[in-house]
Amino acid sequence: MPDSDAVTSSPFAIRHASKRYGEVVALDDLSLQFATGTTTALIGSSGSGKSTVLRLLLGLEWPDRGQVLIDGRVLQPAHTLPLRRRVGYVIQEGGLFPHLTALGNLALLPQQLGWHLERIRDRAQELATLTHLPHAVLARYPAELSGGQRQRVALMRALMADPDALLLDEPLGALDPVVRHELQDDLQRIFERLGKTVILVTHDLAEAAWFAERLVLMRRGAVLQDGRFEDLRDRPADDFVRRFVQAPRRLPQIMR
Amino acid sequence: MNWRFAWWLVAVAWLAPACLHAEPVRIGSKQFTESVILGELARATAQQVGVDAVHKRQLGGTRILWRALRQGDIDVYPEYTGTLTHDLLKHVAADASIATLRAQLKPLGIGITDSLGFNNTYAIGMRNDEAARLGISRLSELAKHPGLRFGFSNEFMDRKDGWPGLRQRYALPQTQVRGMDHALAYRALASGAVDAIDLYSTDAEIPYYHLRTLTDDRHYFPRYDAVYLYRLSLQQRAPAFVAALRNLAGRIDQHAMQQMNAEVKLDGLAENVVVAKFLGVHAGSGQHGLWSRLLQRSIEHVQLVAASLGLAILLAIPLGILAARLRRLGQLVIGITGILQTIPSLAMFVFMIPLFGIGAGPAIAALFLYSLLPIVRNTHAGLVGIAPELRESAAALGLPQAVRLRRIELPLALRSILAGIKTAAVINVGTATLAALIGAGGYGQPILTGIRLDNISLILQGAVPAALLALLVQGLFEGIERWLTPRGLRIQARK
Repeated sequence: MPDSDAVTSSPFAIRHASKRYGEVVALDDLSLQFATGTTTALIGSSGSGKSTVLRLLLGLEWPDRGQVLIDGRVLQPAHTLPLRRRVGYVIQEGGLFPHLTALGNLALLPQQLGWHLERIRDRAQELATLTHLPHAVLARYPAELSGGQRQRVALMRALMADPDALLLDEPLGALDPVVRHELQDDLQRIFERLGKTVILVTHDLAEAAWFAERLVLMRRGAVLQDGRFEDLRDRPADDFVRRFVQAPRRLPQIMR
Repeated sequence: MNWRFAWWLVAVAWLAPACLHAEPVRIGSKQFTESVILGELARATAQQVGVDAVHKRQLGGTRILWRALRQGDIDVYPEYTGTLTHDLLKHVAADASIATLRAQLKPLGIGITDSLGFNNTYAIGMRNDEAARLGISRLSELAKHPGLRFGFSNEFMDRKDGWPGLRQRYALPQTQVRGMDHALAYRALASGAVDAIDLYSTDAEIPYYHLRTLTDDRHYFPRYDAVYLYRLSLQQRAPAFVAALRNLAGRIDQHAMQQMNAEVKLDGLAENVVVAKFLGVHAGSGQHGLWSRLLQRSIEHVQLVAASLGLAILLAIPLGILAARLRRLGQLVIGITGILQTIPSLAMFVFMIPLFGIGAGPAIAALFLYSLLPIVRNTHAGLVGIAPELRESAAALGLPQAVRLRRIELPLALRSILAGIKTAAVINVGTATLAALIGAGGYGQPILTGIRLDNISLILQGAVPAALLALLVQGLFEGIERWLTPRGLRIQARK
C-alpha cells in the first residue's frame, strides 16, 4: 500500500473504504488513487462497486468505514459543493433536465457562479465546436435530441466551468454501435486535448483499453488487478481476470 | 419554479383578504321561515328609524345564533322564551317571566324585548284523516300506538325540551324516530312516509296540509313567546333602533304570524315584501333583481374559494416539500391532512365557529383545511416521483439545495402540483355551497332558502351556477397547467 506522502500527491484518493447496502457489499476495504492528468478506467461486471467509487469521490455517498481524500484532505459533507464544481460528472443517460433546453442545461452551474449570459453563450459555442455538436442544437430540448447529441450535451455541461477532473459513468452505455464508435473517437480526442484527470466507468474491456492507459478491474468491491491492458491480458492476477479478458467474442471467432 | 407561477401565487394570495370590511348593525336569523321573517322585520324597522342594518339570514340552529350573539358576530336575533329557559340559560325555572330572563341575561351583556305577541310553542301534529282513523287527539293517546313513525326536526331530537323529555313525560314506546329537516318533514308527513312530526304552532302548513295539532294534555311544552335578543352595547350604538325594536312588542298575534308564514312559504312572496306589507310601507330597497343577486353570490363564492385556496397553496406546497424531504414527517403530514379530509364538511364548518365566529372567516378556514390534502399529496408525489438520476445529476452539478429545488425539482413536479391545486379548487367550489349555513353567503344561500321554502327553482339558482363554476375552474386550471408546463416537458410527454 502506498504511504501517506504518495496519497497526498494525488488529487483524488480513497483509503480503506468499505460500504454496504444492507447485505450487499459495494466496497470492501478499497484503496485507490488517481494521478493528475491521467485517464483511468474502472471495469468489472455490474455490482462490482465501480460506480460507487465515482459517487464516493463526488460526496454523493459516504463510506461506512475509511475515507475519501481530495488533495490530501479528508472529504467532509461541508466540502462537497466546491468539490462538485471542480469535477464534471456524466452518467449513462446523460441526466439532462427535460424542462430546460440544451443551453439551459449548460447554463445552470455558470449562472450559479455568476457568469453573465454572453460568457455562458460563448463558452457553450466553444464546447459545441469541441464536441462536434451543431450550434443550432443548443436551442432544443433534450426530448428533441438524438442519443448521441444528448451525451455530447451532457459532456459539455460537465465541462462548462472548466473542471479539474471528469468522472464518467458508462457515458456511452445506451448508444447504438455506430454512434458509440464515433463518440469514442471524439471523447478520446477531447481527453487528450484537455489533459484532465479522467475516471471512466465501463463494463466494456475494449472501450476501457481504447481510452485509458490504466485499467482497474474490480470484483465485489475490491480491486483484482490494477495495470495496463497488456498486464491484464498477459499476466492476469487470477482466473477471473483471465476469463474477463477473454470473454468478448470477436467476429472472426463467430464466423469460423 | 418560474416567474409565471410566482405571479400566479401572488394573484391568488391578493384576492384573499377581500372579504373583510366594516359592518353596520348585524341581525341574524335561524334556519326557518318565521325566524327569517322576524329578522327581516328587525332590518326593516332599523331602516325606518334610519339605522344601517344587514340581515344575515338563516345562519343555522339556536346554538350558532346564540354563540354568534355572545361573541358579537351579530347584534340582534329573534328567539323564543322556551328556548332560553330550557336550552340556553341554566338555573332558570321553566315558567320564568321575561323580567326574570332580562335579569339573567343582563350580566351576559344581552338585552331582551317583551313578547312580540304570539306563542309559537312546539306541538306534535298528524294528518287529520289518520288521527281521526286512529282516534287520536291528545298526546297521551299516542302511547297506545307503538307502531307509529315519527319524523322530528334535528334540533327537536336533541333538545332537553324536545323528544327525550316528551318521550319520558308521556311514556311513549315508539322506536321508529327519524331526524329530518323541518321543511321536508311536512312533505314526509303528507306523503305518508312518517305518521307524526313536530310543529311550530304558527306554521303555515298546519291548515294547508290539514293537520291535527295534538293537545298537550300533560302540559309538557313550555311557552315559546317570541322576543328579540340584542347586545346591550347596541343601546349606545343605535338607541333609536333598540327603542323601535322594543316597540314591536305585542304587535304580532298568532294569526298575524301564521299569515306572514303562509305568505312566504305557500304564496312564494319574498320575506321583505311580506314584512313591508305588515308594516304598511313599500318594500323598495333590499329587493334586487335575479342578475344582481347572482353577481353578488358569485363574488361571495369566488372569494371564499380563492381566499381558502390561496392560503392553502401558501402552506401546502412548503408542507409537501418538507414531506418529500423528511420521510417520517412526510407520512405524518399526509396522515393528518388525510384525517382532516374525512371530517364531514358540515361538522367542519361548525367546528370553526368557536374559533372564527360566523361568516366568511370560519368558511375560509374550513375550506382551507379541505384544500390542504390534495395539494400536499400532489406536491409530495411530484417531488418523490422525479427520476433518481435527475435528482443526482442536479446534486452532482454542485448546485445548492435551494437552487436545485427552485430550478429543477419544482419545475419537474409542477404538473403534479397544479393537478393537486385543481382538485382542491373543484372540491372547494362544491363544498363552499355549505358555507351559507354559517353566514358566509355564496351559491349555498339560494339552495338553503330553496330547501326551507321547498322551492326547486331557488335551489337551482344556487346549484346550477355552482356546477358551472366548478366546470369553469376545471377549465381554467387546465389552461394554467398548459401555460405553465415547461415546453420541454410537453415535448417529452408527446414522445
